[in-house]
Amino acid sequence: MTPPKARRAAGTRVPLVDGIEKVTGRALFTADLAAGDALVGRILRSAASHGVITRLDISRALALPGVEAVITGEDCRHPYGVLPIAMNEFPLARGKVRYRGEPIAAVAARDAATAEKALALIAVEIEPLPAYYTAEAARDAGAVLLHEGKPGNIEREVHHAFGDPAAGFAAADLVCEERFHCAEVNHAQMEPHAALAEYDDARGQLTLHTVSQVPYYTHLHLARCLEMDASRIRVVKPFVGGGFGSRTEALNFELIAALLARAARGRVRMALSREETFITHRGRPETDIRLKLGLRKDGRITACACEVVMRGGAYAGYGIVTILYAGALLHGIYDIPAVSYDGYRVYANLPPCGAMRGHGTVDVRHAFECLLDRMARRLSLDPFAVRRVNLLQAPTRTPNDLLVNSYGLEECLAKVEAASGWRQRKGRLPPGRGLGLACSHYVSGAAKPVHWTGEPHAVVALRLDFDGAVTALTGAPEIGQGSSTMVAIAVAEVLGIDIGRIRVVAGDSAITPKDNGAYSSRITFMVGNAAIDAARRLRDVLIQAAAGKLEARPEDVACEGEVFSVRGGAQSSLAFAEVAKAAIAIDGPITVKGTFTTPPEAQGGRHKGGAVGSTMGFSYAAQVVEASVDSDTGEIRVEKVWAAHDCGFAINPLAVEGQVQGSVWMGMGQALSEETRYVEGLPVHASLLEYRVPTIAESPDIEVAIVESNDPLGPFGAKEAGEGALSGFPPALVNAVADAIGIDLDELPLTPDRVLEALVERRRRARLAETRRAS
Amino acid sequence: MKKIIRIDLNGRPREDAVADNLLLIDYLREEVGLTSPKKGCDGGECGACTVLVDGAPRQSCLTLTVTCDGRAVETVEGLAAGGRLSPLQRAFHEHLGAQCGYCTPGMIMAATALLRCNPRPTKAQIRAALAGNICRCTGYVKIIESVEAAAEATP
Repeated sequence: MTPPKARRAAGTRVPLVDGIEKVTGRALFTADLAAGDALVGRILRSAASHGVITRLDISRALALPGVEAVITGEDCRHPYGVLPIAMNEFPLARGKVRYRGEPIAAVAARDAATAEKALALIAVEIEPLPAYYTAEAARDAGAVLLHEGKPGNIEREVHHAFGDPAAGFAAADLVCEERFHCAEVNHAQMEPHAALAEYDDARGQLTLHTVSQVPYYTHLHLARCLEMDASRIRVVKPFVGGGFGSRTEALNFELIAALLARAARGRVRMALSREETFITHRGRPETDIRLKLGLRKDGRITACACEVVMRGGAYAGYGIVTILYAGALLHGIYDIPAVSYDGYRVYANLPPCGAMRGHGTVDVRHAFECLLDRMARRLSLDPFAVRRVNLLQAPTRTPNDLLVNSYGLEECLAKVEAASGWRQRKGRLPPGRGLGLACSHYVSGAAKPVHWTGEPHAVVALRLDFDGAVTALTGAPEIGQGSSTMVAIAVAEVLGIDIGRIRVVAGDSAITPKDNGAYSSRITFMVGNAAIDAARRLRDVLIQAAAGKLEARPEDVACEGEVFSVRGGAQSSLAFAEVAKAAIAIDGPITVKGTFTTPPEAQGGRHKGGAVGSTMGFSYAAQVVEASVDSDTGEIRVEKVWAAHDCGFAINPLAVEGQVQGSVWMGMGQALSEETRYVEGLPVHASLLEYRVPTIAESPDIEVAIVESNDPLGPFGAKEAGEGALSGFPPALVNAVADAIGIDLDELPLTPDRVLEALVERRRRARLAETRRAS
Repeated sequence: MKKIIRIDLNGRPREDAVADNLLLIDYLREEVGLTSPKKGCDGGECGACTVLVDGAPRQSCLTLTVTCDGRAVETVEGLAAGGRLSPLQRAFHEHLGAQCGYCTPGMIMAATALLRCNPRPTKAQIRAALAGNICRCTGYVKIIESVEAAAEATP
């Protein structure tokens, strides 16, 4: 037989394995699932920002015909929260409410109209307490505490110092300190939150279909909050319409849907409105940063001191991790000998913040890259030069004991410098137009998971049966980032088979191995390595069988292009299907398992909080933004972005480009127009008209250059591609605006009113100066 | 009040009794079972529910079903005639115009309307035609590339 042309899967542009469903309308998201006679679930939310629930009477709602269940905080006595050390939230408020929109009660009824009517029949009385909407007000000495045992309403303080900051600043030729303010932003993933819960009363079993990025956490919290044995629970992740971190925690609505289904002994569908999805929040906190850097004349950084205050909202959520990330990721991108960090995560009477793409690093990176640029200007150094003189040499360990194993930042800089025409164009653009540069980095998976169980970090199972199809089972939640496609490519590459022979089943606790989920850009690195491990094990089984049939030694048998043959020999070859049959004949259908465990040297330092920021490999990115500013309206237009990203190795260059473009663009939204706004705790941004996500009309071309630094631990050398480029955009834009109009802006987003205010202020000062000169 | 309406839905004639106040998105999703029009917002903000009514893009969450009486309604489910992907569907798949896929049906329908009346659109025309459709994943770069690729693939 003629062997089919050998095809290597890794490194080729592979469309998503679940892409056909998406373009034909066959992709079923949670709200699309056939729900038949399912009841409609609705949530009653607090109208008060802070207060004690003095009366909650559900009797009239319960008596309404068509109402099958009404539940309150009485129905769940266990707090939940993503961090085992900081669980202080209840699916439905118990005793107190701490933000406007917090769930108080929930109803399951035969239709939406009845459910709404029932909500109106619930009597609630809340005795108000003072409410705090800024970190400053919440920290005030006389402020009422949101949570007992948290003086000053501070959830967590972090004080870290590495190296000798005082000596570093003393050795500097230039020391500057500035303050930056970044507004709170939200993921605004396109799919509003939804869940379909089914309680099988006869068996005492619960099935939940939900929009989760980490179904494993949801599973654990269902067991905890419903006091059920985890073996009686099944969590299924259908197609998910984006996450960006909003769904990396178990969320109140999915726990409520399950509680309602059990109370009603049936099925409940819960579809949150866009407004409710905004209220569920978990976005990036409002952040105030005070940053001090010391530089020598040649641009070498001698020391860094950073203070960060985050307004975390009413509950803990990921807060401790976020405030630790902000300090830890000051390291790992440049060679900085001394860093001090003081972080304060503060409670306030607003929806809880959480993890959002670039978790913890974005606002701090913004401040750092802006200040570095400004100081370079004072030292008459080019923005590229000041960064080049501070590059790391991999492999190395940072002062806070993070492992840097591969480092492509130098090449990223070279790529964007050339692509943007920086040397020819910088300083020569027309008035009102400028170029800005910034660098960024991110972890490729948190080396220590939130739930430290000692298990492998990732497991992939492969099945091969009589039909010759290879089925990959993974708990890694495909949420649009291309994780299932990555698994298929990894398996195809190792086995030397066509990707069409592989099916990927992802995210069903009844079928797929547990996975820690879609967060910290961990999937390519961890699940990719586990998939490679599994495929190698399957290859070993197949090669044994092929060797038997080919009468050769296993070590002499190779498989490429779906053909097994003996290396260097002229013997006959065998097709994949024949070998699969032979292998199955020996021992029946085959199931193998591959795992990945993070090496101890990647797990960070021994200091308190040292695990946060630790990873096997950092991605690196550099980007140049070209922007123009309308001096009459203050409106900024982003003309073009050149982004270079070191992803180690591009397993799927098509997906890497898509991820980098999406990250850069999400950074653009935060930089230009996105911010949440509350009036006395009432979210007034909670729609896609008020929360200004950029449309296609104002979105620029984003040219991506892929840099491959070949990480020694990464799958085929790969690292993350989905987050690292985000945090470079806001500072690159602020630096471009400074180049365009000569004004350094310190507040995000750069809305036209903020820019205009700065322009008007400059004109006012110029006039004043002129008047003074004249007099 | 219910009213009998006749709709040509994805090329198939239908006759249904629908309530006066039934939104087209709910008719399609709940009564017919076509779930490609998505709810991404609380009304008229995101474009994820875009369908074609007599060839023109309409937000089905802002359209009363009774106003479609006697008209042709198209959803993305109707584009793959005989199981073959339309050039736009193929291009969105091959060029990664869809990541999570939630905005994709609406995006493809808006682009379908564009290419029917303007088979060779410029980038600016593509931006104008899709300005009512929000995508949160792609940054729109590969969406524009997908529409351009589909235009090139269409003779």
